Amino acid sequence: MTPQTVRTMPARLTPGKFAVLAVVALTASFGDTFLSIGMKRLGPVPLSHPGLLIEALLSPWVVAGVLLLFGFFASYLTALSWADLTYVLPATSFGYAIVALLSKFWLHEQISIARWMGVALIVAGVGFVAQGPAYTRRDNEGSLPSGALQGAGGGGRQ
Amino acid sequence: MNLASNTAVAGMIATIVLSATAGDVAIAAAMEKTGDLSEIWKARGWSGAVGAVLGNGLFFAGVACMAVSFFALLFSLSHADVSLIAPAAGSLTFVANAVAAKWILREKVDGRRWIAAILVCCGVALLKG
Repeated sequence: MTPQTVRTMPARLTPGKFAVLAVVALTASFGDTFLSIGMKRLGPVPLSHPGLLIEALLSPWVVAGVLLLFGFFASYLTALSWADLTYVLPATSFGYAIVALLSKFWLHEQISIARWMGVALIVAGVGFVAQGPAYTRRDNEGSLPSGALQGAGGGGRQ
Repeated sequence: MNLASNTAVAGMIATIVLSATAGDVAIAAAMEKTGDLSEIWKARGWSGAVGAVLGNGLFFAGVACMAVSFFALLFSLSHADVSLIAPAAGSLTFVANAVAAKWILREKVDGRRWIAAILVCCGVALLKG
């Protein structure tokens, strides 16, 4: 692979990379919500008629959900190119908390105590993982300095 | 909900969790080999970044698994409430991914990350309350 595939692995993320994590969280949460609305309007899909799932792609809500999930996928791939899976998944889970807050203060839905406790646990989990490094080397040597793998066999996490 | 219905919902959730975990692991491995997309984008532009991703076979395996997960999610949402499916599948996927990342991707899943995964798993499960 060419030297253009420079890999940087800072211990702390830049604001731009935090923004990518925020896009992952928001597009996933809103995408799932839109898909849910679309599928509820379509009604139950029997096992004998799986082709109805393709028909669901004609629903505006499902289309909007799919477009949001494309955005999710692009930002998710970007995040996984410079951070561990076990960092990206918890760090982007605060989307659940954002949806709960939107439900309460925008849609004026009732949020149970259990749900608030769930939001608190998620925020605590995000706080835990966000304090650590985004990327860990497989050979237990910790994070490399920026650009250390430039041109080294493709610049991947070797 | 009767036993058959419970078993069917459990099967749907298991399908979502297993296929999503397989997809996440394959795509994480693909992106690991590809390198930092932000840097590739800066150096080679949009087409270079897309080409770098599409040039990896693992990426397509991951996408196939995620497609299975996506249609399993659509299918299950038409049979059960999103307030059951989304938290259950979401929380179990966190734990399955942490285990897979440690044993397959060989990430350093230290105490901090285990605690984060378990807190988020419990939190997501409670959101259905």
